[in-house]
Amino acid sequence: MALDRKAVEGIAHLARIALSEDDVPATTAKLSGILDLIDRMQAVDTQGVAPLAHPLETTQRLRADAVTETNQREALQAIAPATEDGLYLVPRVIE
Amino acid sequence: MHENTLAQLSRALQSKTLSSVELTEHYLKRIEQLDPLLNSYITVAPELALAQAKAADARIAGGTATALTGIPLAHKDLFCTSGLRTSCGSKMLDNFIAPYESTVTARFIDAGAVTLGKTNMDEFAMGSSTESSFYGPTRNPWNTEHVPGGSSGGSASAVAARLCAAATGTDTGGSIRQPAGFTALTGLKPTYGRVSRWGMIAYASSLDQAGPMARTAEDCALMMQVMAGFDERDSTSVDEPVADYSAGLNDSLKGLRIGLPREYFGDGLDAATADAIHAAVKQFQALGAEVKEISLPNAELAIPAYYVIAPAEASSNLSRFDGVRFGYRCDDPADLTDLYKRSRGEGFGPEVKRRIMVGAYALSAGYYDAYYLQAQKIRRLIKNDFMAAYEQVDVILCPTSPTPPFKIGEKIDDPVSLYLTDIYTITANLAGVPGIALPAGFANGMPLGMQLLGPYFSEARLLNIAHQYQQVTDWHSRAPAGY
Repeated sequence: MALDRKAVEGIAHLARIALSEDDVPATTAKLSGILDLIDRMQAVDTQGVAPLAHPLETTQRLRADAVTETNQREALQAIAPATEDGLYLVPRVIE
Repeated sequence: MHENTLAQLSRALQSKTLSSVELTEHYLKRIEQLDPLLNSYITVAPELALAQAKAADARIAGGTATALTGIPLAHKDLFCTSGLRTSCGSKMLDNFIAPYESTVTARFIDAGAVTLGKTNMDEFAMGSSTESSFYGPTRNPWNTEHVPGGSSGGSASAVAARLCAAATGTDTGGSIRQPAGFTALTGLKPTYGRVSRWGMIAYASSLDQAGPMARTAEDCALMMQVMAGFDERDSTSVDEPVADYSAGLNDSLKGLRIGLPREYFGDGLDAATADAIHAAVKQFQALGAEVKEISLPNAELAIPAYYVIAPAEASSNLSRFDGVRFGYRCDDPADLTDLYKRSRGEGFGPEVKRRIMVGAYALSAGYYDAYYLQAQKIRRLIKNDFMAAYEQVDVILCPTSPTPPFKIGEKIDDPVSLYLTDIYTITANLAGVPGIALPAGFANGMPLGMQLLGPYFSEARLLNIAHQYQQVTDWHSRAPAGY
């Protein structure tokens, strides 16, 4: 399936990935090639087949609603790019 | 020392003819001398390794050792190892020091094993050649112009070059089995849910599975004994009793029914590989097995289905890499959107970005039914094919790759041609069944691999069959020249 430029830019936005002007043609070509491969799936009629999300079809285990973890904020924030007062810093979102 | 298998080293350590410190120092020296060319390690941890080796020797002296105590291992750089860089082969995590220990590596630490370091891999486990790593490609010790396979190529190369006694790998679409096949190793992908994924940096959550890569089935059994087991912290972990993987290694193969899928032995398969497998068939028959043709009718659909499901799940799993809490952050982000887009655009390599985008597309409004849902229905058909096959045979025998190990640079520029090489390994991940790869021969000095696929939780049987084959063949005991 051939993608156009607008579609590729749309996908890059959904994925929050910056795509430079120079990369657009090559990315478009490669993604189109992959979608051609994927389109081979359309060759089979799957009418009435139940989808399989999990190989063994187990169900989600539940546990008691009790606190079991300890607060490790300091250790986990030690590797963050920018923090202040226990919060993660990012560029201003709200003007 | 390094010529010994893990099992032999274990006995030598237990009988104190060798110390873990000596053995660890030996491997560290070999890594220093031989790994600059191979590039199988991303991070080597000499201080940690020697401290663990010392503790292991004390434990052995004290009489509380287990089979893995004192054994120097390498771990694929996808397992979070507390205090050690865990990069996933990516610039995105080049600065990431894992703040906690994965269940798999914690189990090895509890067993007293030694961590030599973290091995190279295709970035975020997306690849079949270890060429997409931020840290450069790993070379195959059997011929350094050739790939070791992927994504667990670093682990494969390290074990094959005798730079560790064994290693951990992970397999989402064949990433343990294909590199094992390319490097004359034995590698096991367990049943989905058999080994905990907690602390494994996720690629495709319904497909990922960790497993051992070693020189023999006997070694893999010892590794599996440590790795397997229920883990509360992994919600997909299966609460199934763990077998004794070594106990049945010597069981007879008399009456074993082996199936050869007709769809896997067509034109696309390299002639030397086909010959090696047909020779293996004769070996298995001599060992008492019956071999017959079976069919996996939907096998060809596995590749398109996988290349929807895995990227879709990856697009979700990799959305956590946003430059906010850990990992790579771009310089001078203009605003939040720019922070996300450039951290991800600059931090991820091209193959990872492609797969995330394919996944995002497949899940997006208007395409979900045609792509993701269709792929999941095909997944059902593939599982059904296996279940039907296991009514007629006990295990399935097939190649690990349509070609012997290709040259570095040969396929990396054409993603689709690389994807097509996954044809034999992908079905097992989609169905969740276990598979073991083992050496079947050589052609022009390059390893040829084969794999055995079994029903759910048949790992012990697969190890037994591989072990019996290794009692009557010697492919697995050869070493690459110079290693």
